[in-house]
Amino acid sequence: MAAISREEVAHLARLSRLAVTEEELDRFAGQLDVILQSVARIGEVAADDIPPTSHSVPLTNVYRDDVPVPCLTQEEALSGAPDAFEGRFRVPRILDEED
Amino acid sequence: MSDLTKMSAAQLAKAIAGKEASAVEVTTAHLDRIAAVDDQVHAFLHVDREGALAAAAAVDRGEVTGPLAGVPIAVKDIVATKGVPTTAASKILEGWRPPYDATIVERLRAAGLPMLGKTNMDEFAMGSSTEYSAYGATKNPWDLGRIPGGSGGGSSASLAAYEAPLAIGTDTGGSIRQPGAVTGTVGAKPTYGGTSRYGLIAFSSSLDTPGPCARTVEDAALLHSVIAGHDWRDSTSIPKPVPDVVGAARLGATGDLSGVKLGIVKEFAGDGSEPGVLSAFHESLEALVKLGAEVVEVSCPHFQYALPAYYLIAPSEASSNLARFDGVRYGLRVGDDGNRSLEEVMSLTREAGFGPEVKRRIILGTYALSSGYYDAYYGQAQKVRTLITRDFESAFERVDVLVSPTTPFVAFPFGSRTSDPYQMYLADLFTIPTNLYGGPAISVPCGLSEGLPVGFQVMAPTMADDRMYRVAAALESAVGTFTPPAL
Repeated sequence: MAAISREEVAHLARLSRLAVTEEELDRFAGQLDVILQSVARIGEVAADDIPPTSHSVPLTNVYRDDVPVPCLTQEEALSGAPDAFEGRFRVPRILDEED
Repeated sequence: MSDLTKMSAAQLAKAIAGKEASAVEVTTAHLDRIAAVDDQVHAFLHVDREGALAAAAAVDRGEVTGPLAGVPIAVKDIVATKGVPTTAASKILEGWRPPYDATIVERLRAAGLPMLGKTNMDEFAMGSSTEYSAYGATKNPWDLGRIPGGSGGGSSASLAAYEAPLAIGTDTGGSIRQPGAVTGTVGAKPTYGGTSRYGLIAFSSSLDTPGPCARTVEDAALLHSVIAGHDWRDSTSIPKPVPDVVGAARLGATGDLSGVKLGIVKEFAGDGSEPGVLSAFHESLEALVKLGAEVVEVSCPHFQYALPAYYLIAPSEASSNLARFDGVRYGLRVGDDGNRSLEEVMSLTREAGFGPEVKRRIILGTYALSSGYYDAYYGQAQKVRTLITRDFESAFERVDVLVSPTTPFVAFPFGSRTSDPYQMYLADLFTIPTNLYGGPAISVPCGLSEGLPVGFQVMAPTMADDRMYRVAAALESAVGTFTPPAL
């Protein structure tokens, strides 16, 4: 049985903001199915009472001294932007005109 | 002077400090070598001749000193370099020039290492061959028809091709060590948190670790000591002193391993390694025993689940990290014709800017994190991560280091593993457990199989990076270094 369907891949691509092509959907669905079937073995491990590890460094609440340090200028921060306007990132419209 | 490009970083540093060669001469020799051979190797995505020569001139004027002052270096293209193009080998960042330096790059500059340029890699460090670079694959200097490993194939190939004496890599699942193994060079992944992630383009934040690539163990240790150490800008940076890796490498080079216990992992046996890889590994073990080491078999029963855990954790973190590439703040923007919505422009930008492996992993990660699947996949993988860590901890109660082949197979021909992505993932079978645990590991050349290099991996407990350098240097002293055919 397939672990993941073409429709699911299409849904995930939309959630991921990837405008995938029909051809990619066909290919990815097959490939992701192979990958998922391979990683599904992880379910065999009895781990109900095991705490999760998010990363390996046992630090919490990392602070630094409250000393101001230089940061990027507005110009530097905008230097890589595809489009900028009056010192801001310019983005395509977010709302429809009638909204 | 003998051929400057054939010398080790330690030899070059000594020659520069002793005024036998200038930093500008050394840097020029490597830039000329790049100009001569990189059209065959394609290790570099960008060469910064002007910047490198200016940094070298500053060393020659005596403005910068240090143990590696004047020794040029190549830097993987996933590391932010101020004013120098940084793409992570992706079209989505084509032409981007970061407005700041990564911490490790700041440290390289302060230590007087001229940066030759930026090296090729699999896009966003996702791959084991550089075949997923958006700018074409790097070729292995040992055989131009074969892969140089990945993701950091450009960094390791630049060393094997004598284009650079040192390079920077990043290791999330083996991206420093596996390229080192298949190019006959040294690659070390420091303890996670031992080197700063600030300024690395994030792939999998709980695993990403920058580290040194070199042609000798001592050179790797020297570079390690330049870039390592606490950084307040990285919240998982370990606020402890850097282990004496250079001293350990020099101790190991004396060839005495009396009293050192090497663990071989029972569960790695018969795990699809090529016969030539296994025989080179076992011959190396015998060489280490002759130096006084003792070999002990240990069991790490959860290592068999490391690959599945990694391919759930890393894509999950990647799907979140790569959300920043939205066509707003940097990089590519596609389809902004004044009529399309922000969401449409984002989707078209990401579709055009990302390559197939990156898209697969974003979709896989989004799946593993989605409600209904989270507990079974991502949550379960994090629990297995705990069990793998416990396996390491209990093994290190009995032995000083664990050893294995670095990767199950030698450099494979281009195209032989791209049709089935899972076949590519198997390249990292032996390197991934360490990333999940967070400890350091190094790959050192140990022999040849069918004329191609084999890597020997040494894994050590967290913040015991010095131990792996000692064992690796001892092995190097026993088996020597390996030189590819002339290009």
